[in-house]
Amino acid sequence: MTYFEFLNEHGITLLLGTVTTVKVLVCSMILYVVISMIFGLMRLSKNPAIQGIATVYIEFFRGTSLLVQLFWAYYVLPFFGISLEAFTAGVVALGLNFGAYGAEIVRAGILAVPKGQWEAAYSLNFTPAKRIKRIIIPQIFPIILPPAANLTVELLKATALVALVTVVDLTFEAKQINSITWLSAQCFGTALLIYYIMARFALVPFLRWLEVLAAKKVGREKI
Amino acid sequence: MEMGWRWDFTYEILPQMAIATLNTILAAGVGYAIALIVGLFFLLAQRTPSKIFNWANREIVEFIRSTPLLIQLFFVYFVLPQFGITLSAWVCGMITIGLHFGTYMSEVYRGALEGVSKTQWEACRALNFSTIYTYRRIVLPQAFPIAIPGMGNYLVGIFKDTPLLSTIGVAELFHAATAVGGYNYRYLEPYTLVGIIFLTLSIPAAMWVRKLERDVNIAQGKIKK
Repeated sequence: MTYFEFLNEHGITLLLGTVTTVKVLVCSMILYVVISMIFGLMRLSKNPAIQGIATVYIEFFRGTSLLVQLFWAYYVLPFFGISLEAFTAGVVALGLNFGAYGAEIVRAGILAVPKGQWEAAYSLNFTPAKRIKRIIIPQIFPIILPPAANLTVELLKATALVALVTVVDLTFEAKQINSITWLSAQCFGTALLIYYIMARFALVPFLRWLEVLAAKKVGREKI
Repeated sequence: MEMGWRWDFTYEILPQMAIATLNTILAAGVGYAIALIVGLFFLLAQRTPSKIFNWANREIVEFIRSTPLLIQLFFVYFVLPQFGITLSAWVCGMITIGLHFGTYMSEVYRGALEGVSKTQWEACRALNFSTIYTYRRIVLPQAFPIAIPGMGNYLVGIFKDTPLLSTIGVAELFHAATAVGGYNYRYLEPYTLVGIIFLTLSIPAAMWVRKLERDVNIAQGKIKK
């Protein structure tokens, strides 16, 4: 069987899997961005209880393996009466795991904003909420976006793991086709290529564009 | 089926899990050692006189870095036998982890080498030191401290990615948990134990890496004690 015949027969299946992968990626991306913002701010709170919660959360999710968290969410949570669908479990585990890494990036970004900006906001008598929202947050984006871009590419790669909790994504389809046809080089090779194209020609340019946009917003032409 | 945590079951499976933990540590250690060496090769291959070769090498590194480790594992495990190379799951896993993290390692090395100021090279040239001598006595001793935090982070990273090896049948911790869980149809204790074991191993490791990073920064005078 030539490679074109293979694509002709199984290309559609792989593309359908790719659509699921993109769905998982988008949902978990939204979740992880929100979580990292919240916990990044909580980590800097002066209240020891709030800071403690954030620290425990971050250390827990960074300290254990994503696969373990994924299986825990899918196979163990039902013991506690919480049955999640495979897709939901996958998105939640990915979001929580990457949110922990993202929170550290947000924290570092906030700390990297020059102290003078805080002092200026104080002296202008801004409320704490306004200080964060109007002065600090807009300035952290050029700082946090480059590491966040790396993390997002890692997230795309990590979405492959949801196949192991029976989400029918690209990896799952590739595995499935492999077990039917035993054309391993073709299916896994094609899957690798699709992941590579998604990362290199869609996700990375998009993230670069965001970086440029954020830099322009604060009046910096180049990062 | 009984709900809730069962301590007797926990004690029953604990010895099995402990042995599997040793396998996980072994896998992480061997994978890390391979990654360290592979990273060196990738680094050298990026610095050859041939521009095309350097470019090709960079593209390969980029490809390996932006595709999932899981599929790479499947690829190596299922495709190599088609070319008549039949390797055990262990060997396949170690090769793949070594290659995957070797690309990351080469970036760490590259960053460290570029972190050494250019004037150091110029001074060595002025003193008529040979290239090898410059590397051995001047550049590498300065580059190594810069590379330590990155190298440490990837040690922890490899350790946390070893559960992926279970998908091709390497008998490490996660594999043992799945087997025990499937046999007894109880996943609560095995998977929770895996989580706890990972936490107890990786948090001290991460703390140690952070301390190392701090020590390096102090030694370099970047931050005060």
